[in-house]
Amino acid sequence: MNIYATYNIKGGVGKTTAAVNLAHLSAVDGSRTLLWDLDPQGAASFLFRIKPKVKGGGKALIRGTRTLDDAIKGTDFENLDLIPADFTYRNMDLLLGSADGKPTRRMARLLRPLADEYDNVFLDCPPSISLVSENVMHAADVLLVPLIPTTLSVRTLDQLSEFVADFDGHQPQVRAFFSMVDRRKRLHQDITAKLLAERPGVAATPIPALSLIERMSVERAPVTAFAPRSQAARAFRSLWAELA
Amino acid sequence: MTPDVRVFVLDGNTGANRSTEGDGTAPEAGPPRVPSDVLDVLGQSFGVAAERGVRNRRQTWLDTFDWRLYRAGLELEYEHAARGGRLLLSKDEVPQAEQPVDNWRRDRPHLAEDLPAGPVRDRVVRLASPRALLPVATAAGPISVARLLNADGKTVAKLVVDHPAVTRGDQTVWLPARLTIAEVRGYPGQARKAARLLADVPGVGTARSSTFLSAVAALGLHPGDYSNSVRAEITARMPAPVAVASVLLGLLDTLEQNVDGVLRDIDTEFLHDLRVAVRRTRSGIKLLGDVVPGAAPYAPEFKWLGDLTTPTRDLDVYLLGFGALTAQLAAASPADLEPFRAFLTRRRTRETRHLTAGLRSARFHTLTGHWRKVLLEAQDSGRKGPGRSTSTGSWVLTADELAVARTARVFRRVAAQGAAITAGSPPEALHNLRKRCKELRYVLEFFAPLHDPAAYRKVVGDLKQLQDVLGEFQDSQVQREEIHALADAMLAERAAPAATLLAMGELAANLAQQQADARANFARRFTAFAGPAGQQRVRDLLARPL
Repeated sequence: MNIYATYNIKGGVGKTTAAVNLAHLSAVDGSRTLLWDLDPQGAASFLFRIKPKVKGGGKALIRGTRTLDDAIKGTDFENLDLIPADFTYRNMDLLLGSADGKPTRRMARLLRPLADEYDNVFLDCPPSISLVSENVMHAADVLLVPLIPTTLSVRTLDQLSEFVADFDGHQPQVRAFFSMVDRRKRLHQDITAKLLAERPGVAATPIPALSLIERMSVERAPVTAFAPRSQAARAFRSLWAELA
Repeated sequence: MTPDVRVFVLDGNTGANRSTEGDGTAPEAGPPRVPSDVLDVLGQSFGVAAERGVRNRRQTWLDTFDWRLYRAGLELEYEHAARGGRLLLSKDEVPQAEQPVDNWRRDRPHLAEDLPAGPVRDRVVRLASPRALLPVATAAGPISVARLLNADGKTVAKLVVDHPAVTRGDQTVWLPARLTIAEVRGYPGQARKAARLLADVPGVGTARSSTFLSAVAALGLHPGDYSNSVRAEITARMPAPVAVASVLLGLLDTLEQNVDGVLRDIDTEFLHDLRVAVRRTRSGIKLLGDVVPGAAPYAPEFKWLGDLTTPTRDLDVYLLGFGALTAQLAAASPADLEPFRAFLTRRRTRETRHLTAGLRSARFHTLTGHWRKVLLEAQDSGRKGPGRSTSTGSWVLTADELAVARTARVFRRVAAQGAAITAGSPPEALHNLRKRCKELRYVLEFFAPLHDPAAYRKVVGDLKQLQDVLGEFQDSQVQREEIHALADAMLAERAAPAATLLAMGELAANLAQQQADARANFARRFTAFAGPAGQQRVRDLLARPL
């Protein structure tokens, strides 16, 4: 079971969009795929038309009174399941901190029983550096970091890379990719070219800023599903081919 | 990942197509349509979105010749696909396991142990081996799916409409359409709700049998109809010639049912069952044949048939038990025996040619044809009832009188021969006793319907344990002697490396030890069967025929 986490300290950079489309492509490839919407805003759940509600809330999942298995919902797509968000996830740090055993490894332990059932798991993470982030890093094999090509975003990537490098124990692979790229902007072009030349581990495929991607919230489906031949879908397919 | 295993299956014989469920055997011009009232009823509580396109599904069900999976409540299905297919195992229509398979030839038998590794193989291999899985029935037809949506437009259940058909001769026979409510994971309540709605649609009824059972019924097959056991319908007051002829006809049926499997070399059990039928027939002629006019002259012909099958079966036994034999090796390596295995395989090929030539010969067909005629005539003339025989003028016995007299006679022989065996008796004494025990077992089986079941089970159980010891004793000796003979033959063919001969020597030593162990167990098993308590059990059995 491969665990991918879409993660960034900043919000609004395309984490959920990437998680939803890459999970869908993984499922289309025939891999048994699970997406866990960890963001209390529940955007990924919304995009799959699934209510952002888990019986017993995050508390029941983290304490193990309900298994993750119980919370899984089938999406409308073959091979793709989802664990919905829940508003109580906003207190996930507190819940993890009060759990028995090592609080930073709780999420990895919860996912372990699903190893036979799924080939790929995607964690759609809320923006922050917190106990949740540490849990995600312990659990994930690959951190997928969407970057809007701006100077500040590059600093964020530096911070994240240092945080992972200093991390005690399991260190996930960090794979950044450009998100919401506007080819008309000179700054986007310059930063994209510079980073690709200087940083290993940055994916060559950029995800463009397209209105069709924004339309996902209207269609309530991955763009790779409702517009599979679009430029946006082609970009996600190319990115997934690089990452998988 | 796939929809939850909780699937609601309903027959789709709705008013729009048919007024009743029917037996699924009436040939029709085309597939039954899904009536609009089904969609209307579901549409009152769900959004209904038909998936685009109709796909065709082709299913082939597999089972062993003796229906081992069916008897265990299992259905094994191969679902065809453009690229590869998959095997699906279910019990009571609940999926148990599935696995993909490549290069599967649906029209060919496959040995269970040759299945590719996977969860289906894990579940069926012990049950089915050494038998082959044969295609039993194939159904094909269109499948359409409608998604049932909640207020958010999310799929919460699916209606799967399946229109399978089988081909009988040159006719397409449409089976009852099946409407299945498939659950989407995490939404069990919605699937239950949809199933309840569907159940209330006029003309829709709960499915009473699986597609497999509908398919075999439409094809005129009867699952579970083959067994290698004696299965004549005899009664206590039936004239003895009719009863014996019925038993022997049943054995002839079994023999003939297995010929094709032997000729095609589908699996080794066909030959095994054929040989058992021949042995039982020979014992039947020997012990009871005097009441069937014209039976006795067939004894030498059935001996010929038995002898014809022996070399191939002996080699089958070796090859089937090869893994167990090599596992006993302590000094030699299993790889040392590979030349021996190859030699046995070559020999089997040669012997099988001889066997199939015999089974295709005029002599064999004359034997079975004439034998059936003799038995049918005996049945017909015997049906005139107990009374004075027209041929001999003596009184004709009833089946129970014959059963008591002959079973007691054979038991007395077993008891006397066994009691005479001492620690110093030669191996032949035990071999002869084994033959008498087989005869006793057969005569008990022939008349099983006439005995009290509990008393019968106890006597046969003890007898079986004695037979196992005697079988172990004789088989160990025969195999040991054969190893020597095969070693000579391999040397003559220059096919015997030194390591192989040494390993075969170790096998022979192990077999000698097994024979000694069996001999040590003999006295205890014999006393349990034919000691004072055992004799009383046999007396009770014969005193109370039904």
